[in-house]
Amino acid sequence: MPDVDPSLTDASVGLSSESLSPGRLAYRRFLTHRAAVLSVFVLALLILWVVLSPVTARYGVNEQVFDISKGPNQNLPPSRIAWFGTDIIGRDVYSRVLYGVRVSLIIGVFSAVFSLAIGAAVGAIAGLKGGKFDDIIMRVTDIFLAFPFLVALLVIRNMFGSISWITFFTGEVSSVRFMVFLFAIFGWMGVARVLRAQVLSLKEREFIEAARALGASDTRIILRHLLPNSIGPMLVSLSLGVVGAIVSEATLSLFGYGPDPGSGATSLGLLVAGSKSAVRAGYWWLALYPFAALLLITLCVSFIGDGLRDAFDPKHGGGR
Amino acid sequence: MSDALLRVEHLVKEFKVKAVTGIRAVDQVVHAVSDVSFEVGRGQTLGLVGESGSGKSTIGRCVLRLIEPTSGSVIYDNAELTTMGREDLRQLRRKMQIVFQDPYASLDPRLTVGSAIAEPLEIHKVKSDHAERVAELLTLVGLSADHASRFPHEFSGGQRQRIGIARALALQPNFLVLDEPVSALDVSIQAGVINLLQDLQKEMGLSYLFIAHDLSVVRHISDRIAVMYLGKIVEVADSEHLHEVPAHPYTEALLSAVPSPDPVVERQRHRIVLQGDVPSPINPPSGCRFRTRCPRAEALCAEQEPMLSEIAPGHQVACHFPDSTPVSLRGTGNVRR
Amino acid sequence: MEPVLSIRDLRVSFKTPAGIVQAVRGVNLDVAPGEVVGVVGESGSGKSVSFLSIMGLLPPSATVTGSATVVGTQMVGVSAQQVRSQRGKKIAMIFQDPLSALNPVHRIGAQIVEMIQAHQDMSKADAHARAVELLDIVGLPQPDVRANQYPHEFSGGMRQRVMIAMAIANDPDVLIADEPTTALDVTVQAQILEVIENVRQRLNTAVVFITHDLGVVARVADRVEVMYAGNTVERGLVNDMFATPHHPYTQGLLASLPSHNKERLKPILGSPPNMISPPSGCAFRPRCAHATDACASAPSDLVQVGSTQTACIRAVELAGGAK
Repeated sequence: MPDVDPSLTDASVGLSSESLSPGRLAYRRFLTHRAAVLSVFVLALLILWVVLSPVTARYGVNEQVFDISKGPNQNLPPSRIAWFGTDIIGRDVYSRVLYGVRVSLIIGVFSAVFSLAIGAAVGAIAGLKGGKFDDIIMRVTDIFLAFPFLVALLVIRNMFGSISWITFFTGEVSSVRFMVFLFAIFGWMGVARVLRAQVLSLKEREFIEAARALGASDTRIILRHLLPNSIGPMLVSLSLGVVGAIVSEATLSLFGYGPDPGSGATSLGLLVAGSKSAVRAGYWWLALYPFAALLLITLCVSFIGDGLRDAFDPKHGGGR
Repeated sequence: MSDALLRVEHLVKEFKVKAVTGIRAVDQVVHAVSDVSFEVGRGQTLGLVGESGSGKSTIGRCVLRLIEPTSGSVIYDNAELTTMGREDLRQLRRKMQIVFQDPYASLDPRLTVGSAIAEPLEIHKVKSDHAERVAELLTLVGLSADHASRFPHEFSGGQRQRIGIARALALQPNFLVLDEPVSALDVSIQAGVINLLQDLQKEMGLSYLFIAHDLSVVRHISDRIAVMYLGKIVEVADSEHLHEVPAHPYTEALLSAVPSPDPVVERQRHRIVLQGDVPSPINPPSGCRFRTRCPRAEALCAEQEPMLSEIAPGHQVACHFPDSTPVSLRGTGNVRR
Repeated sequence: MEPVLSIRDLRVSFKTPAGIVQAVRGVNLDVAPGEVVGVVGESGSGKSVSFLSIMGLLPPSATVTGSATVVGTQMVGVSAQQVRSQRGKKIAMIFQDPLSALNPVHRIGAQIVEMIQAHQDMSKADAHARAVELLDIVGLPQPDVRANQYPHEFSGGMRQRVMIAMAIANDPDVLIADEPTTALDVTVQAQILEVIENVRQRLNTAVVFITHDLGVVARVADRVEVMYAGNTVERGLVNDMFATPHHPYTQGLLASLPSHNKERLKPILGSPPNMISPPSGCAFRPRCAHATDACASAPSDLVQVGSTQTACIRAVELAGGAK
């Protein structure tokens, strides 16, 4: 029988009195990052504002502030009727910004999530298998990276846009769904590289060797050991992906290649794009508010990404 | 002979590396393990000692096929491992396990202790109640069943090492590879873990391949010891006998270099200090690999590699000029060859 | 004779998110010229931190109080410049990992020359000649060739020799060796211990040898200081310390080592204490088989018992009577 060592069997072991999982520890570290925590609040409020749109929006997305028969309603500066002013058709800019935020967030989040799913799978498998497998996958990644994004977009839009079985899969070329599809297809490579690097460094750690020695299959090692220990880089990639998608959408819209969801629906990018000529005429509110919303969202997501990265930093991860 | 639980024959492991010389990248070969053969008896402990570059850790992993051997055979309980299919190998993994050196890296930081120990039970779909078995194992290694819900970072090095041992024992193996299991622990904690390993061996009839560089620990726990140098076994003997009659000059130098906690003995000892460094395993010396640092080397040593041969029952040496005088009589000028 | 290193009531604490870690809690030490003092302890004993603090090598989150004089010059509580001026000149340090102390993009010779020129007025040519001489003293073959090589061209043992050469470049009075052989193979360790002994004899440098390996202490030390949880718990001449230790921790350490007979080992039960809130009185109390209530308020002063000085208040009692 082993020496009876009371200090070993003492159930209240450890420096802390509560059992903290590494996830919990990271959460605590995140809370010390003031900018990130503030950003979480702001973003949460923003999302709440969007979710409660039946209440928070003052008008419909395509609705005129008041009928033109009652007087001129175009390009009115901010007032009590329209907090952010009206646009060229007389619609409330405030409400349109709200709907625009909704669309942009949808594009951002869904693109990032799909990119992450594809990229994490590709990167983890490449990193774990290694050898020729790894080489082939990384060359495919490089090809995708080298592919000119805009050219691909135009090609797909113009050449395949009318083919029904393609659009069944990807959505109409002018739809939000198509945007998400596009960003996901061209956004997973960065995530794949990050995950592959993470897996390569984890692979040599003894607890992975231990899992192999116990007879674990590759799938189990990836799902049970590698991915859970890569949550940090994955969350960071997610936040970068959201920012990237939202900004890309805005950029595309500026050049006229963005989504056109029809019936007046809009995104932040479309709002900014549509304000180009109006600003020259002096109607500054048409550009300021959408742009400010864009800035706010990207700043918040970036700060959260920073906070997450510091919280999961391997140097502080899980003890000694 | 075939009663041995584990037989390793002519094991070779070579790694390919690229080296840059001038403007070309040249493929080079690291001869980590070169034609190594040994046996581990049932219920016995074979200590494998060596310094950096000896290949001892590589052997530990090759025996379990965590690293694929380049050639040679590993026979466990009369079954050949090197040619086994994936499924048979997985089954065999239940019988052969490993405990690693670094208590801080060998446990997944995100899994609770209980999950880590239960993992082998999950992988092999063991029918019994896992929670019960985990509690049983924790008590077996001297910890408390309540520790199962806690995380590795809450434990000390010695405790984590015990958790690693509990995990290795979950499937009731017969054979454990122990890769420097106490080297990373404080001296006063090492003793507890060594005692545990010995107790478990007696209770469960385990066989150990104990890989270490700390000779005093190896001497204490091993029945037989194999000394490695640059990928080759240079001497094998019973633990005590090796210390009394270290026939190979490297063994002698190794034993003489180990400081013993007795100042009186230390100041009086006849010390052999080897010159130079261990050669690179990429370009080992011709003939006997130890000859570049050997005080007894002669021309023959460069031309012909000495093979392991028996100089006394159970005592094998790979040397052209082994010394079979007891070490207590050495330094008197009488060398018995 | 004046001690070359004199430490009084040295205390070091660190501010960490979890609280204030009291790493060193009142260490006193005198090192005579040319003597070798072995400082033994395990993790958390404070053995390395004590000497890093004297050298001014701790991060800003550390608070150091007390006194440490090197040949009369104070090193604690003085300006960083003062510490730097003595570091490398009167007192030098070598570490466990020589690779981190050497700059990989500079040649070895140049790094030693830099060390020399920082404290001595010498031309580059003279300094280089001296560097080659130093490499020879530490036993490097072909020192003139080696001086022009880069760190990555050296093995672990050779790098450690280089670090020793750099440390003795200005003929210091005290050399602090912080686990210099822990990361080396045992045969290389034997070589390095020989080098340190040669250097000591030749230059009459005092050596403070920090280690956890009792065998190494038995080999090299004249005197031994045993540290536990930030304090010295026992000190004595090396022969006395190993023959008749009086502190239960020292006794426990020696008893836990494998001996030639294959007797069951006797571990020290428990683990090192939490240095944020160490136990009151004697910190070894929770792990000591002989602890009594009085130990909770035991002072940490050393008292002569037999041939050693120990902080255990029951030492006399335990030595005389049955254990």
